[in-house]
Amino acid sequence: MPEQPMRRMRQAQQDPLWVRWSLTLAAVAVVGVLIVVPVVHVFAGALSEGVRVYWDNLVADPDTRHSILLTLTVVPLALAANVVFGIAAAWAIARFRFPGRTVLTAMIDLPFSVSPVVAGLMLVLIFGLQGYLGPFLRRDGYAVMPYLTSLVGAALFVGGLFLFRPRGPDAHVIWHRAGRLALFGGAAAFAVLLAVQLYFEIWPRDQSLKIIFATPGLVLATAFVTFPFVARELIPVMEAIGPDEETAAISLGASGWQMFRRVTLPNIKWGLAYGIILCNARAMGEFGAVYVVSGHIAGQTDTMPLRVEKLFQEYNLPGSFAVASVLTLLAIVTLLVKAGLESRLPAEARRVD
Amino acid sequence: MAFVNRRVLPGFSLSLGYTVFYLTVLVLVPIVACISKASTLTLDQFWAAVWTERTRAAYLLTFGTSLAAAAANVLLGLLVAWVLVRYRFPGRRLMDSLIDLPLALPTAVGGLVYASLYVKKGWLGQYLVPLGIQAAYSRLAIVLVLVFIGLPFVVRTVQPVLEDLDPEAEEAAASLGASRWQAFRRVILPPLYPALLTGFALAFARSLGEYGSVVFVSGNMPYKTEIAPVLIVARLQEYAYGEATAIAVVLLAVSFAMLVLINLLERWSKGESAHA
Repeated sequence: MPEQPMRRMRQAQQDPLWVRWSLTLAAVAVVGVLIVVPVVHVFAGALSEGVRVYWDNLVADPDTRHSILLTLTVVPLALAANVVFGIAAAWAIARFRFPGRTVLTAMIDLPFSVSPVVAGLMLVLIFGLQGYLGPFLRRDGYAVMPYLTSLVGAALFVGGLFLFRPRGPDAHVIWHRAGRLALFGGAAAFAVLLAVQLYFEIWPRDQSLKIIFATPGLVLATAFVTFPFVARELIPVMEAIGPDEETAAISLGASGWQMFRRVTLPNIKWGLAYGIILCNARAMGEFGAVYVVSGHIAGQTDTMPLRVEKLFQEYNLPGSFAVASVLTLLAIVTLLVKAGLESRLPAEARRVD
Repeated sequence: MAFVNRRVLPGFSLSLGYTVFYLTVLVLVPIVACISKASTLTLDQFWAAVWTERTRAAYLLTFGTSLAAAAANVLLGLLVAWVLVRYRFPGRRLMDSLIDLPLALPTAVGGLVYASLYVKKGWLGQYLVPLGIQAAYSRLAIVLVLVFIGLPFVVRTVQPVLEDLDPEAEEAAASLGASRWQAFRRVILPPLYPALLTGFALAFARSLGEYGSVVFVSGNMPYKTEIAPVLIVARLQEYAYGEATAIAVVLLAVSFAMLVLINLLERWSKGESAHA
């Protein structure tokens, strides 16, 4: 938390010395027992058999090595998706008023109260072998890929169009018809991409596409559990900054992209960094949702937290603590960066979690 | 808070469209799938899945431990927030940053440590177990790890309200002859109620769904230390998807209720501090 400008404690707010002492000691004891002792214990447990064994536990075990790599693959993908979502959601919610705005804001909080296990289960119900898309994915799962990539391509085209299209009086007339341009251009982009992919048969046919018990499921589960973090940090930051500078940029003839690059992004960058840090910490440590969708295949779908659990189940405590110590270090780094960022946020934007 | 005309700032339809699309794919479709799967069960089947002795024990345990942990968090969180805001002592800044650790630490790590701290030969267990306190593989273990997970929620909701408290009210109380304890009970505590309640609800909601840490420390004994999410996983491993979904729907309904409650509480708590 940021330092308040210290006003001198007034006489009436002073507690007797013995109260101050005993309450402080009690609070230190609470934090010590609940938080400090466990952190120290992680490192003590990891290093209990010496630095050599610790290093071997981390690097020599191929399954552990793979779990680290898998976490390093899954987390950035989920993070990237959530950053784009967070910026879009914050822009819509903090800058415009529209029906359903309150519901949308409340919906963003949903993962905070839904059990991660339930989140994982919902994905299994859709993509699992017994799930709604299961039979299709097993028979010819890749058949959906050309459509999916074409859809993404068309969406990128439409997004780029709105962001980069020239504005102002001297832009060519064609740019003023943005709606029609988006519709026809998007359709054309979709058709071209689809035709190319179908013609060259880029995707394998009649093969099953694994989502559950594979990396895509892990990414989806992680994205579900962590999507509120960036958006929830950015909304108050954007509201605190206000739309004046952006309105000025637009009225001076900036394109949407120029406004975003030169005005919005510099204004929100610390809030964005803060959200990314929190999102990253949670994504790295996600357990429940990932546990359900991973199927726990060692060396294939075990992320670092799952590896901790598996080693624990195998009574390999030093190994388990070794992986846990890496995650704890990441958590400590997160806290340090977070403390550094907090002083840079506008005062209105500081809040819980 | 100022809102701008959609004609002035660009990107309304783009950003809103993407937001709604993303939420639909990631949230709405899964929830609909969950509910539609549950609705393939007949009412009797649903009831049989949701209401057995084992599930009742699991709900009761989940609720009871979450309630106990959230209540403990209110007391401990108020204490920690009070000390952080009112007193100056060496290491205060460090303690302040450490409060957030449970939010940043993977829950599996928390569970792992708590499971090995309180066993008979653990650092703390060696003193507690001879006293008859079993804080590993028991209900107490679940409460303890949930207190760890929930502590930051209460501290971080109470702290800002405590910082903004008007010192003049306390001065008035003192000059009117109130003791320090009376001033705390009658003047300081009432404005903190909304924040305390919000913190309680946040910690409680988080505890209800917690899986990663509890699965390490509880021992997962049916009827005794098996929480509801663990029961879902157990059903899944038996490939009983329908029953697992039925229990999940119950938990989902509770989550929605908590979400609405927390939103109402936060609004109340904001209104309260705006009046002050």
